[in-house]
Formats: sequence, C-alpha cells, structure tokens
Amino acid sequence: MSDLTHLTISQARAKLRAREITATEITEAYLQAIERANPALNAYVVVTDDKARDMARASDAKLAKGEGGSLEGIPLGVKDLFGTEGIHTQACSHVLDGFKPHYESTVTANLWADGAVMLGKLNMDEFAMGSSNESSYYGPVVNPWRRSRVDTMVMPTTHQGDGGFVSAGGTRTARTLDNAQLVPGGSSGGSASAVSAFLCAGATATDTGGSIRQPAAFTGTVGIKPTYGRCSRWGIVAFASSLDQAGPIARDVRDAAILLKSMASVDPKDTTSVDRPVPDYEAAIGKPIKGMKVGIPREYRVDGMPDEIEALWQKGIAWLKDAGAEIVDISLPHTRYALPAYYIVAPAEASSNLARYDGVRYGLRVPGKDIVDMYEKTRAAGFGREVKRRIMIGTYVLSAGYYDAYYLQAQKVRNLIKRDFENAFTAGVDVILTPATPSAAFGIADEDMAADPVKMYLNDIFTVTVNMAGLPGIAVPAGLDAKGLPLGLQLIGRPFDEETLFQTAHVIEQAAGTFQPEKWW
Amino acid sequence: MSVDLQTVKRVARLARIAVSEADAERMTGELNAILGFVEQLNEVEVAGVEPMTSVIPMEMKKRPDVVTDGSKAADIVANAPATEENFFLVPKVVE
Repeated sequence: MSDLTHLTISQARAKLRAREITATEITEAYLQAIERANPALNAYVVVTDDKARDMARASDAKLAKGEGGSLEGIPLGVKDLFGTEGIHTQACSHVLDGFKPHYESTVTANLWADGAVMLGKLNMDEFAMGSSNESSYYGPVVNPWRRSRVDTMVMPTTHQGDGGFVSAGGTRTARTLDNAQLVPGGSSGGSASAVSAFLCAGATATDTGGSIRQPAAFTGTVGIKPTYGRCSRWGIVAFASSLDQAGPIARDVRDAAILLKSMASVDPKDTTSVDRPVPDYEAAIGKPIKGMKVGIPREYRVDGMPDEIEALWQKGIAWLKDAGAEIVDISLPHTRYALPAYYIVAPAEASSNLARYDGVRYGLRVPGKDIVDMYEKTRAAGFGREVKRRIMIGTYVLSAGYYDAYYLQAQKVRNLIKRDFENAFTAGVDVILTPATPSAAFGIADEDMAADPVKMYLNDIFTVTVNMAGLPGIAVPAGLDAKGLPLGLQLIGRPFDEETLFQTAHVIEQAAGTFQPEKWW
Repeated sequence: MSVDLQTVKRVARLARIAVSEADAERMTGELNAILGFVEQLNEVEVAGVEPMTSVIPMEMKKRPDVVTDGSKAADIVANAPATEENFFLVPKVVE
C-alpha cells in the first residue's frame, strides 16, 4: 500500500482513470504515512481524515462512471493560510485560535471542483513570515533531508560481495546520516516537507518573498510562484497584498504544471486577478528549448556564496546550452536593493493587514480594563516575535513624517527593479536562470539566524526580486551538495509566461534527475 | 535613522501591542538592525521615478452596483469571542 504514496500526480492520475487503483486506496495510504511520519516531521497541523475519506469515496463514484476532473482522487495538503470552510484556518498563529471560516478560498475551491482530496492543513511560519518554519505557533517543521557523511573504506579482498557497495577497486563507500534536524525552509515549510516525505501528492503554498521557492529548494521539490494576479488571493489570509501569490509545491515539474492549471483562475472576487485564460501548462513540457535566450544576471553572484552554488549554476547553464539554448550575460543593476525595499513594503502592508486581529471578530481575546487594553493584550499574547517585529517596522515606516523617506522611496526602487527585468526581456531574453537560494538547508535553532533577523532575511536574496516585480519564478531541484542536501535553481519568466518556465525547468529536471530523501522517520 | 526606546514604545502603542520594558529594549536593537539594513535604499537615485502602484498594469475592475452578497450575519459573527443577537460584544467604550 505505502508505495502508492510514491506515485507522482501524473502517474496516480493515469492509474485512477484506468481503475488500477482507487481514490480510497491512495488516500488511505497517505493517511497512514502521515500518522507514522507526522510526530517526527510536524508537517501537518490538522489531518482531516474523515473529510479525506468522504472526498475519496465521492471521487471513486465519479471515476467508476468514467467521470471526474483533472485531479479526481488526488490527495493534497493545504497550507494553513488558505481559508477552508469549517476547517482549522489559523495561519499557524495563536491570534487566530479556533478560527473556522464559513467560506472556501478560491484556489482550494478550484482544486476540490477538479476532484482533489484534502488530507489536512499544513504547518507554516506564522502569517507566512519566516524562512525556516520556526515562527509557527505549532512548532518548527523538520526537513525530511538530513546531512550525510560519505566514508570510503578499503575492503579486504576476501570480504567482498556486499551488493552495490563494492566498487571495482575493492573500496566500499558508506553514507551515514547525521542526526541534526534541519529546517525545511519557509514560510511554506509544511508544504515542502510533506511533499518531499511523501505525505501528500502535492500541496498548496504561497510566496510573498520566496516562501514557495526557498522551501522547495531546501527539500528537493519543485515550487512555482506564478505571475501576480494569476491565482486569486480571495480567501487566503493576507500578509502583504501587493506581493502575495499562491502556487503549488510538487514532486516534479509536470505535477507542478497540473496543479497550477487547477489553482489558477480569473476571479471577480479578487480585483487584482488578471482577466486572461489559463493555458494548459502541461502541454509546454517536453517542447524543445532550441534557440531560447537564457539570461544570466551577473548581480546574482553574491559575496560569500558557497562554491557549490556557483558550480550548480554553471551546471544549469551547461544543461540549457546542451539543449540548444543561447546563453547571454545580462545585468539587473538594482538587484541588491530588492531585499531592503521588500523589508519596507512587506512590513508596511502587513501592519495594515494584521490590524484586523483585535480580539473582536475572531480568534483570541485577552480581557483588558478597557477596549484599548483588550486590543493591546490580545495582540501581545496572540502574535509571535517575528510577526510583532514586522508589524512594528511597518507601523514605524508608515507613521507621520516617515512615509516619504521609507515607503515612497521603497516603491520607487521597486519600479527600478521591475524596469531592470523589463529591459532584459525587451532585449530578447526569454527566461532568466539564477540559483534559488544562497545555501542549502540549515539547522533548526541556528544561533546566527536567531541573533540577527537580517541574516534570516538574506535567505530570500534571489527570490524576492521576483515578487517585487510581480513576475513568475520556479525553483527546480538541480543537485545535491557535498553533504547530500538538495540545491535548487530558479527560472524567472515574463509576466504570464509560466509555460516557458515549465518547459525550461523540465529540461533541467531531465538533466539533473529527481531527488528523494533517505527515510529515517 | 535609528529608533530609541521612547520611539519603540510609541510605535507599539500605535500598533496596539502591549510591550514590557524588556520587550521594548530588545525590540529597539532588532528594529535598529533592520532599519540599518534598509538604509542603503537612500543611495539609489530616484529622481523622476514614479512609485510603483501596481505590479501588473491593469485597470481597476468594476462591477455593476448591485447587491451580490449578504444576509449572513450569523456566519459573520460565528467566530467571534463574544456576541449577542448578531452583534460583536466589546468592553464598554463610552462612559
């Protein structure tokens, strides 16, 4: 049964349609896998087993009649940021204790309409603020990947015959997994961990500064942040409204394309939803990239970047070149200002969006001596440290006398960042290739990160530019570092040209292969 | 620019977050680290650059001015910590 969880969405879809397996069987396999793994990984904050079984039964009834949608019977996990009717929706914050919305987010409604099965709600950084999934009220998520040490030993000639471990020279290599627990990245850490550890076939996620792509890179999974306006934000708990976008995390490029096709839509309930038909992303996979112009931005070569990241980038360049792409060096001169501008724009919007958590309409209420005292005590008890820090920064930069110096300046810089990309695309570049993150996954409770919030923010240095410009970006696994941890590459495309991203990411995937963690949980 | 303890307390008040003396002191350091980091934006030449107002150029969508939703007061108050007859209950505001 358990190997049903190892099917990709496209494989499971074919078997479900051919009635070789049932939605109930695959759903049960995932529920069992979650029960066994979740105490170790903490990827799910709620498992909706009854609902999953009901949805699977309904899918089986449709499949038996030869009916069903594009995701009929496929079990998915949902980030806790998405409003799910009657089900725990708390953005992994204490301030939303007990909140069960009376509505369904547009993105999840689209998935259920296409027949997907909901397994539960996935852990995340509180209000999607973080790069390690350690700011969750429900505790950190653990990365299914661990560092490993490779030892090579010379074997006595009489003692060979240990299966695949014997090399021609009579040496033996053994991989030893380190016990240290690593972060899965964030904020969509639960989504990435669950997909990587086979606890769902795919997951919804959101990305405000890198929250889909960085955890995907840290877990050897594929994550795409589509163009701003491609997925409706309706019913998703808001963090920074001009940056937030939903997207999938999946085990391969094709699965990500299948999921995005279902998640994306034109939605009258979100005024920033763009009125464009959703293309068949899967059709782009396998198309040759011969003659495609791939831009390599020199500003993404940052100080202190490990040699392994640079080597990975060069490998990616070589793969695309081998596939017939033309490689061109480009300059995106305002790259270094994207992260500081983000840390003005995102907290400013967050401080405004999070003003609604006041103990009156939903969630936690801490009594006070008057109404202001109640607000202050509720928010002090309900928000975690990182969220408070960002609300404070946002409140400060928007306060009287500082608006022009901070917020207005940041929004001007943002326009310059966007213009850099526009210039590259106007010059004929079809897609831009960069590393996804400046490092592999780091340890839980890393002391350097805890001591300096800016260190943690630097995780998003390669991804945040894409949110600032509203562009689509995909992270695709490209290899393992010396310690056996996955590393990812990022592709950035023109607005609404997700198809080129899937097409190009698939070429990288074909060359690099896919990566699975060694099971220890 | 950097903030002092008094400013942090004032901002916390504006943000309606109760802070202890120790919280405020810790936050002063953290906020100054972040403000120090964003300071580099001042070196960017922005003369003649418009602030960004929309990531994708598009016209604000409008819809016919008709009622399309409503009559669900019970749903709206369902998650509130304290309600009475579809009203939110709060501590006394007017003396």
